[in-house]
Amino acid sequence: MAKIVIDEERCKGCELCIPACPKNIIVMSEYFNKKGYHPVKQIKPEECTGCAFCAITCPDVAIEVFK
Amino acid sequence: MKKVFGSPKSLTKVPFTYCPGCHHGIAHRLIAEVLDEFGVREKTVGVCPVGCSVFAYVFFDCDMICAAHGRAPAVATGMKRAKPDSIIFTYQGDGDLASIGTAEIVHTANRGENITVIFINNAIYGMTGGQMAPTTLIGQVTQTSPYGRDPKTMGYPIKVAEMLSTLKGVAYISRVALSKPAYILKAKKAIRKAFQSQIEGKGFSLVEILSTCPTNWGLSPIEANKWLEENMIPYYPLGEFKTPEEVS
Repeated sequence: MAKIVIDEERCKGCELCIPACPKNIIVMSEYFNKKGYHPVKQIKPEECTGCAFCAITCPDVAIEVFK
Repeated sequence: MKKVFGSPKSLTKVPFTYCPGCHHGIAHRLIAEVLDEFGVREKTVGVCPVGCSVFAYVFFDCDMICAAHGRAPAVATGMKRAKPDSIIFTYQGDGDLASIGTAEIVHTANRGENITVIFINNAIYGMTGGQMAPTTLIGQVTQTSPYGRDPKTMGYPIKVAEMLSTLKGVAYISRVALSKPAYILKAKKAIRKAFQSQIEGKGFSLVEILSTCPTNWGLSPIEANKWLEENMIPYYPLGEFKTPEEVS
């Protein structure tokens, strides 16, 4: 059991975490955050393994990983 | 559930002001994680450069000082000599370290000052709007090389890691990249070794980090990562150029 928490206000929608995810369960959202960026969001949270590749790749330290 | 990954203590909670996809944030986080792991945050002083990362003093939760353009190694030398027990690192870009600060970095390395230099090489001047840097690749189009860098009039890209590794005072030099998770993990190892060699008093250490500047390269962050791997890594090979035997 693992989960990630995305700080949507820190996210700048650079999309670097999307190809980093081996399960392909991170996608762009359709809404905006306060800065005007589309933050990323996780789909199918039950598939997350907590590998932390998304968090390692994130240039804005916007992702926390729990396991 | 236990938190297995989060913001390191050596970073403040202030959101980074860098452009989306800029690798400065990753480099900042790796340095902060290493400071946390060694438990040296309270006695660390960082020197920020002139460039986009001039704001590093806002993001690092340790003592920071801002040096004049290119002079970070000189300021670091003074601080290390005045307080030899402190951990001193400089964080410099290619315009700062390889252009205006060439004299300072070469002589600081040659004197074997016991400091750690984090050198961000993104092959362009970021903050000033994308001008040609000494590390700009041959043929690369920038604001000041609109027809591509021509070595006949503009010289060749400087390989800082190789150049400095010939100096005797240098203890540890390596080049890493931040374009994919595997590289990022290796980059952290290299930064760890650099700080370790300073803590053990081995001498000058430098980590050259190949990073992207999506805004000034005119690419999306994902395309910029690809461009880095296809163009920069062949010219700037990754790896360690000098290691003291005891640091491994």
